[in-house]
Amino acid sequence: MSPEEALSATNVAYVVICAAMVMLMTPGLAFFYGGMVRVKSALNMLMMSFISLGIVSLLWVLYGYSLAFGGTSPVIGNLDFIGLRDISVDQGELVAFVAFQLMFAVLTPALMSGALADRVKFGTWALFVALWVTVVYFPVAHWVWAADEGWLFNQGVIDFAGGTAVHINAGAGALAAVLVVGKRVGFKRDPMRPHNLPMVLLGAALLWFGWFGFNAGSALTTGSGSPAAMMALNTQVATGAAVVGWLVYERLRHGAFTTLGAASGAIAGLVAITPSGANVNPMGAILIGLVAGALCAWAVSWKFKLGFDDSLDVVGVHLVGGVVGTLLVGFLATEGAGLEQFGKQALGAVAVMAYSFAVTYLIAQLLQRTVGFRASEEDETAGLDLAYHAETGYDFSQAGSGTVAGSTVTAPADRAAGQKKVDA
Amino acid sequence: MKLIVAVIKPHRLDEVKEALQAFGVQGLTVTEASGYGRQRGHTEVYRGAEYTVDLVPKLRVEILVEDDDADQLVEVVVKAARTGKIGDGKVWTLPVDTAVRVRTGERGPDAL
Repeated sequence: MSPEEALSATNVAYVVICAAMVMLMTPGLAFFYGGMVRVKSALNMLMMSFISLGIVSLLWVLYGYSLAFGGTSPVIGNLDFIGLRDISVDQGELVAFVAFQLMFAVLTPALMSGALADRVKFGTWALFVALWVTVVYFPVAHWVWAADEGWLFNQGVIDFAGGTAVHINAGAGALAAVLVVGKRVGFKRDPMRPHNLPMVLLGAALLWFGWFGFNAGSALTTGSGSPAAMMALNTQVATGAAVVGWLVYERLRHGAFTTLGAASGAIAGLVAITPSGANVNPMGAILIGLVAGALCAWAVSWKFKLGFDDSLDVVGVHLVGGVVGTLLVGFLATEGAGLEQFGKQALGAVAVMAYSFAVTYLIAQLLQRTVGFRASEEDETAGLDLAYHAETGYDFSQAGSGTVAGSTVTAPADRAAGQKKVDA
Repeated sequence: MKLIVAVIKPHRLDEVKEALQAFGVQGLTVTEASGYGRQRGHTEVYRGAEYTVDLVPKLRVEILVEDDDADQLVEVVVKAARTGKIGDGKVWTLPVDTAVRVRTGERGPDAL
């Protein structure tokens, strides 16, 4: 095996493993969000993320990859690779890249689900995911990552792993969707406490782990000179700093070090280091993390002042964190830092924000006016788990008893005998 | 017969149980409850949003006793449940018409 072949083999293995790690982020996100909502719609919250693994995986190989990475246009790919035609098994590095990028396309729309917690129709959400990745994510990914073709790439915008294409994109889209869908029944009036904070922390931990694949994997190469290792180190450092930043802010402002704050700070730090981590040193990463942690801790209060129900703070964490990382790297980059780079970063952030907000607003309006996006008030109040999933998340009957006063559980076999409708 | 109902702080249950056993009480029923009195609730913070939680966790202890023991047992429960801080709970009694031991069918004080 020649040195080139050896490196190629290592790269394929590296990117495939990183792809698997990024895959785990979507269920991680589901737990992170799922623990934060009330019991009655917890499964729905999990499913809003999980469904993206189904839908977007298909769309990506059907036409998504081609729209994001085909052709030579600066604004969108083409259909040359529709159904991944002309990509064969011996193009290992390319296939690994396709799989790796697939996971990004799955995660990004799922990020928006937190803003719409507890109140949208599940079928419409699934449709929204399909439409959104098609007209928002695939083109924006092309702008930022299609090497030598995408217009933001050619402007020299630094976005190593997706501060603009993933986080600003999802954050701005979430804000637009919230403005169309409206507030939860009882927003600012009823207590909406997280129903399971241990699950939130577990989700944050899975995200943190998977994020090493997301960030360091974006290097795609492992040879000497690869930014992968520095990116991995900075991912850890910035995230730790952001946990500290959030908790210090919270202790000063609200008097307690909360578990939810620690988990949220971690995500804010991960978001902020995503665009920037390959271009700064660990001291820069600390600064980015501290700023992201403290600023996002403040940003999550904006929704109450401004009256938009970004339920789980997708704007406050992903949009704000993404902007922090994208802008700060303009000044903190180890090479070429300065006003000129800052200007490029601001252009990238604003362009993605404006495009995502405008187009997402249109998609959400279209769905709201045709099939309806918002769930009925009755379903929302009773909980979406029963309305759309015919399940409840937790069995609250006495542990070990197996029978519940007032309810009869019919075994599948009995039901098949008794009810003609059941196709067992 | 009387039914003594005590709503107490959860961590005082062991003291109450032991005091009742020392007195010779044969059984009791404990239910998890929530409520508030003068103590009101407490404040929780989630991402800066402060929630006042009115209902705090309590235990509801029920003891069936003979009329003659009731006053003294109320004192036993009150003494065992008291911490001296706000939120210690309440104890009250109710008259009871009938009591039956399910296994034997014994009625009245014999069923206690």
